[in-house]
Amino acid sequence: MTDAKAYSNRKLIGLLLLGCVGMFGFGFALVPLYDVLCEKLGINGKTQSTAAEYKAVTIDTSRTVTVEFMAQTQKDMPWVFAPEMKRIQVHPGEVIRTQFHAKNLSAQQIVGQAIPSVSPGQGAAYFHKTECFCFNQQKLDANANAQLPLIFYVDTELPEQISTLTLSYTLYNITDKGYVDDVEQGAAK
Amino acid sequence: MNAITREADMDATHIGEHSTHHEEHPTGIKRWLFTTNHKDIGTLYLWFSFIMFLTGGAMAMVIRAELFQPGLQLVEPNFFNQMTTVHGLIMVFGAVMPAFTGLANWLIPMMIGAPDMALPRMNNWSFWILPFAFAILISSLFMEGGGPNFGWTFYAPLSTAYSPDSTALFVFSVHIMGISSIMGAINVIVTIVNMRAPGMSWMKLPLFVWTWLITAFLLIAVMPVLAGTVTMVLTDKFFGTSFFDAAGGGDPVMFQHIFWFFGHPEVYIMILPSFGIISAIVPAFSRKKLFGYSSMVYATASIAILSFLVWAHHMFTTGMPVFAELFFMYCTMLIAVPTGVKVFNWVATLWRGSLTFETPMLFALAFIILFTIGGFSGLMLAITPVDFQYHDTYFVVAHFHYVLVSGAIFSIMAAAYYWLPKWTGHMYSEKLGKLHFWCSVISVNVLFFPMHFLGLAGMPRRIPDYSIQFADVNQIVSIGGFAFGLSQLIFLVVVIKCIRGGEPAPNKPWDGAEGLEWTLPSPAPYHSFSTPPEVK
Ligand code: HEM
Ligand SMILES: [Cu+2]
Repeated sequence: MTDAKAYSNRKLIGLLLLGCVGMFGFGFALVPLYDVLCEKLGINGKTQSTAAEYKAVTIDTSRTVTVEFMAQTQKDMPWVFAPEMKRIQVHPGEVIRTQFHAKNLSAQQIVGQAIPSVSPGQGAAYFHKTECFCFNQQKLDANANAQLPLIFYVDTELPEQISTLTLSYTLYNITDKGYVDDVEQGAAK
Repeated sequence: MNAITREADMDATHIGEHSTHHEEHPTGIKRWLFTTNHKDIGTLYLWFSFIMFLTGGAMAMVIRAELFQPGLQLVEPNFFNQMTTVHGLIMVFGAVMPAFTGLANWLIPMMIGAPDMALPRMNNWSFWILPFAFAILISSLFMEGGGPNFGWTFYAPLSTAYSPDSTALFVFSVHIMGISSIMGAINVIVTIVNMRAPGMSWMKLPLFVWTWLITAFLLIAVMPVLAGTVTMVLTDKFFGTSFFDAAGGGDPVMFQHIFWFFGHPEVYIMILPSFGIISAIVPAFSRKKLFGYSSMVYATASIAILSFLVWAHHMFTTGMPVFAELFFMYCTMLIAVPTGVKVFNWVATLWRGSLTFETPMLFALAFIILFTIGGFSGLMLAITPVDFQYHDTYFVVAHFHYVLVSGAIFSIMAAAYYWLPKWTGHMYSEKLGKLHFWCSVISVNVLFFPMHFLGLAGMPRRIPDYSIQFADVNQIVSIGGFAFGLSQLIFLVVVIKCIRGGEPAPNKPWDGAEGLEWTLPSPAPYHSFSTPPEVK
């Protein structure tokens, strides 16, 4: 092999390896990219993770939207977790208060985190929670139970074609995960 | 233009020189362990691939035996899941991909007039790490808790929250397979770019070389993304990250996006080299020039580029916005256009050719027809509203087995028959070859065609039990499966017989064949073009 050839081989290998490293990085870059895109386009049903200000000035009584509630627990989560009501008819702009019931069936204290998701995904940006147990972690002592409050309203700008919004919570057991920021003690019996 | 008369242009005196050229090389096991020769490494890859084909095939037999009747009879559901998972992984990464790399090793240097691959020592490494990867993967089946059971697509949270402890071994083995593929791809690119004989310009390259070049770029683009995905699974499962864990702010749907960003180009990695093989064999047995050489090159390139824009057609049912559903639906359908160009080009090549039907040609013709059936079922799946019904049913299983078994695998068989005389110096037994073909082509259809109906009727994939109305069709499918599996043993016999002896093969056993490899003696000498041939 001539020197010139060896050099051009090395150069090409270098470029190709750079491409590999770049694509490995790109795979990880997809993670923040995904979050940003979903948030900007409001497409994957993620709702905001902090309380919304109530901004609606009028209640659009000409329109009725069905809001459905779902609750499920993940593996290793020995809680009963269920909505107080399964569905409700609301007018956009109307403030609604409801609650979810949780009971720790185990003999240990358990910390849970509820993750909300709205379906259809495009509706998520129009579903505003002014108060939600999902903004905090929930701690329940052995066999304790709690009523977890949710206050929300549906934006008057909700696109025409959406007539039903389904809010689904999945409850995760995060006792061992060591997340300790603002744990909320399960309150009222 | 595409080197029809290439071998006539060759300087015949080069050929005789090789036998006097070569140095001593070690024999026995050392020859194979330390070899840097492209032909030895090609042979190793091909045998490895065949062993994996039989191993993965044995797992498919377990699956089909369990599904022979409704109810659970032979294996535990969890073991059934491990079989579907490891069958898929072995066939994709152990059988199809190494077979293509083996063919690339054997053929690319001979086709472009090079003495060897550009990076022979790396070539040795990229092969020898593979057996370790698969030893790790297969041994994980025997660990406590069992091997991977989450499907070859290892969707989170199946592969994170719900997976067995052996998942770390799965991740590690995929890392090794990825490194091996990337090294192979780098070698192919450097060889094609820097080692072409004088006069071998880009638009004279045989299509097998072109399609492999493009495949190699696809590998470099997506294998690192796969490595990243398995790494995220590993850290989510063992090190407390939350890439895919909603409780910690991650998103399991994101797993699917990242996986399919790799996964769809991956399916083209498994078919583009086939296109190259078929484009060599069809003209040879039609005794005509390939119709539309340059459109073949452009079609391959457009398929490769488009393959990055369609990944979410695997995710229509995840609840994407309508706009995204439409975008991915149209892009997917768009890919059918360059694919169709290829099929029409092959048909046009056959048109009014003087056809003969030796075994390679039979496999090539079966490829064209059966791959097209797979393309059509792909188009059906691409229609978003329709996919809501077909998704995760046996219809999808039928689709991808048509493109992968009667597509990719048939093209590999065709290639093996076509180049065996060059590799071994002997003609294979045409009678046994034809027997292998007819057994395979009939059983493959008995095996996979009825799966379309099972899927349309709603039988879900990857489930060890099914409702009673699917019983008859599943029985037919299983019988087809056992027949197909057994038929492949004929191939083993043909190959062994052909290595051991047989009618001596002339330099160019197929009178319509083209390309530099046929100017070499049969069997091809250990070192091919030590002095570059002249290509005019
Ligand atoms: C005309 C070309 C093609 C079209 C339009 C197409 C379309 C599709 C679609 C829409 C799906 C998703 C189905 C579902 O899960 O609901 C799919 C699955 C699949 N396709 Fe294709 N496809 C094409 C060609 C190919 C080729 C050439 C290959 C491989 C050689 C291939 C391999 C696969 C595989 C392996 C899957 C299933 C992956 C899994 O879920 O395990 N396809 N195809
Ligand atoms: Cu795809």
